[in-house]
Amino acid sequence: MDGSNILQLDQVSIEVDGRPILHDVSLQIRPSETHVLFGPNGSGKTSLLMAIMGLSRYRVTKGRIRFQGQDITHLPVDERARLGIGLMHQRPPSIRGIPLGQLAEVSAQGKNGTKIAELADQLGCAALLARDVNVGFSGGEIKKAELLQLMAQRPALALIDEPDAGVDLDSIVVVGQVLACLVKEPSGEAVAPAALIITHTGHILNYLRADVGHVLYGGTFVGEGEGLQLLEEIRKHGYGKCPICRSHIPVQ
Amino acid sequence: MSDLSLAHPSPIGTKEKSFRARAIQAQSRPALYGPDLDLTTFSQPTEQRRQRVEALRSLEQQVRDAALLAGIDSEEAGRAASYFQIDYSAIYERIQRRYQGQVELMTTAEALQSYDWLQDYWWQAVAVDQDKYTAATELAQTGGFFLRVFAGQRVTQPIQACLLVQENNISQNVHNVILMEEGAEAQLITGCTLHPHVETGLHIGVTEVFLKKGATLANTMIHNWAEGFHVRPRTGVIAEESATFVNNYILLRPVRSVQAYPRVVLRGAGARAQFNSIMVGLKESLIDMGSYAELAGRGTRADAISRAVARDRSTMYLRGELIGRHNESRGHLDCRGMLLSEHAKIHAIPELLVDSAPRSQLSHEAAVGPIAEEAVEYLMTRGLPRDVAISTLVRGFMQIDLPGLPEILTKHIQRVLATTAEHSL
Repeated sequence: MDGSNILQLDQVSIEVDGRPILHDVSLQIRPSETHVLFGPNGSGKTSLLMAIMGLSRYRVTKGRIRFQGQDITHLPVDERARLGIGLMHQRPPSIRGIPLGQLAEVSAQGKNGTKIAELADQLGCAALLARDVNVGFSGGEIKKAELLQLMAQRPALALIDEPDAGVDLDSIVVVGQVLACLVKEPSGEAVAPAALIITHTGHILNYLRADVGHVLYGGTFVGEGEGLQLLEEIRKHGYGKCPICRSHIPVQ
Repeated sequence: MSDLSLAHPSPIGTKEKSFRARAIQAQSRPALYGPDLDLTTFSQPTEQRRQRVEALRSLEQQVRDAALLAGIDSEEAGRAASYFQIDYSAIYERIQRRYQGQVELMTTAEALQSYDWLQDYWWQAVAVDQDKYTAATELAQTGGFFLRVFAGQRVTQPIQACLLVQENNISQNVHNVILMEEGAEAQLITGCTLHPHVETGLHIGVTEVFLKKGATLANTMIHNWAEGFHVRPRTGVIAEESATFVNNYILLRPVRSVQAYPRVVLRGAGARAQFNSIMVGLKESLIDMGSYAELAGRGTRADAISRAVARDRSTMYLRGELIGRHNESRGHLDCRGMLLSEHAKIHAIPELLVDSAPRSQLSHEAAVGPIAEEAVEYLMTRGLPRDVAISTLVRGFMQIDLPGLPEILTKHIQRVLATTAEHSL
């Protein structure tokens, strides 16, 4: 085990509702690194993030997940959150009766100096603070609300599920710029958080630099490279013929 | 319509028989809903008349604390008027000086002596022979208050009425009459509760409300009972033209059984009713709660929202009935139940009837289910432990707007909700 990694997955296999989705996934993320995850629909990108967060539908059947050197494979979700793993959901549930501002305060976990109103201003979503979480929110508002909670939490590792999906052009600028700040600027902590970001379109890479890109295909990692370069390859050739990942794709 | 008439006897009863004779006829008649109680098992209090007090703050601390949890402030801060009854006796009535001349608040016995015309309202919004509980109230009434807000008066601070049972195993049978004269506006907090040493007993609360043209009453009823206690409120409301009745009902503590089906007749054009109920079923509680609105006038509107959380071995019946009798009437029932126990039961029974008014628009939505695991885990991803995530969601589920209340009271209810939910969940 490499103690300098913030996140380390060793040969991890994952089932969702009893169905095998991912097998033998290994991954190392060092502090402050930004990784992006590419892969066609249904390749298991979201499942991987959910399993790292520890959501109960996503069961690790093999391998180990380590966070800052600690084995978290079977740790409850809330304990992982308190250790410093944050998740920006793609499709979060609507929660009636709980205002966004209140949940953002909860996310801050009593951290000194977190000013929710200022963060909301930065995101242009101050008007959402008094509204029930995600109830009647547009696609862009959901992203901003999720990002607000993530910023309040100031995690050591941010798991970000498709920040650029279902968002209008204005919102993507805001989300992209704020996310870039989040992953690259020290936010009161000694170092900026590490991030693992799922993107389909790659739009988010217009705003931030990904140190490493990975391709998930057929339930496992098949390629790795510098983020933007990998995206260009995939755009040019598609997942099936992308030279970086091609050699890794098992013969069908 | 005959079956409906049986279920909800007409409020305008015939006066052929005296009320007493009708009550005698009905004294063994079970209620349509809820477990049937043997009224002979309840006893008389040893102290038939309790001492009156000069100020509520002179009451013993336990009584004041119990009252406070039911929304009754013994300091009377921010209250326009107060009525306090313990067991069979009214021990205190007071109207703050600035509201004198706007409001009358006294025992119904005193009001009946003072005003002959009160007989014209007596048993007119609730039928005396509806069941054994109304009959018992007629035959053995033990107190109750008369509240009158004079025409055109807007009472800006809430009026509070506390009905407290201090002796074990008695039956408190109160009969209240509320008369809101033309254009009058008021908020009433009725806190019904027990001395902490009371384990069993019965509270029957007959409340007849008459809203004259343009009058508004926001009635907030907070019930705090005990595991062995039975409760049978009987509320009837008659709303005339442009009158508004808001009924907030809050039950957050265990009870043996409570059965109520407040009934509002929106008789005048443009009259409105809004029911909001927040209930938690705990331990062996049997809660049978409904709301009935008859939309008889042009442009009438009724909405009923109920939120019920069932825990432990509780059983909850959530009833709602809207009757559209005018083409230009609208009503909606919104009833949601959340089950937090393998052994709890929720039965949602929304009913709509349009009677000879084909353009009346009535609708309902009802949902009963467990707490969503997806939502629990969502909050856990923000660092909340599972049990805290659940209680946060439950509190959120019960969070509904309680309109027509001053901010101070809304805050108080939220506080009671928060502390009680946390304590009990």
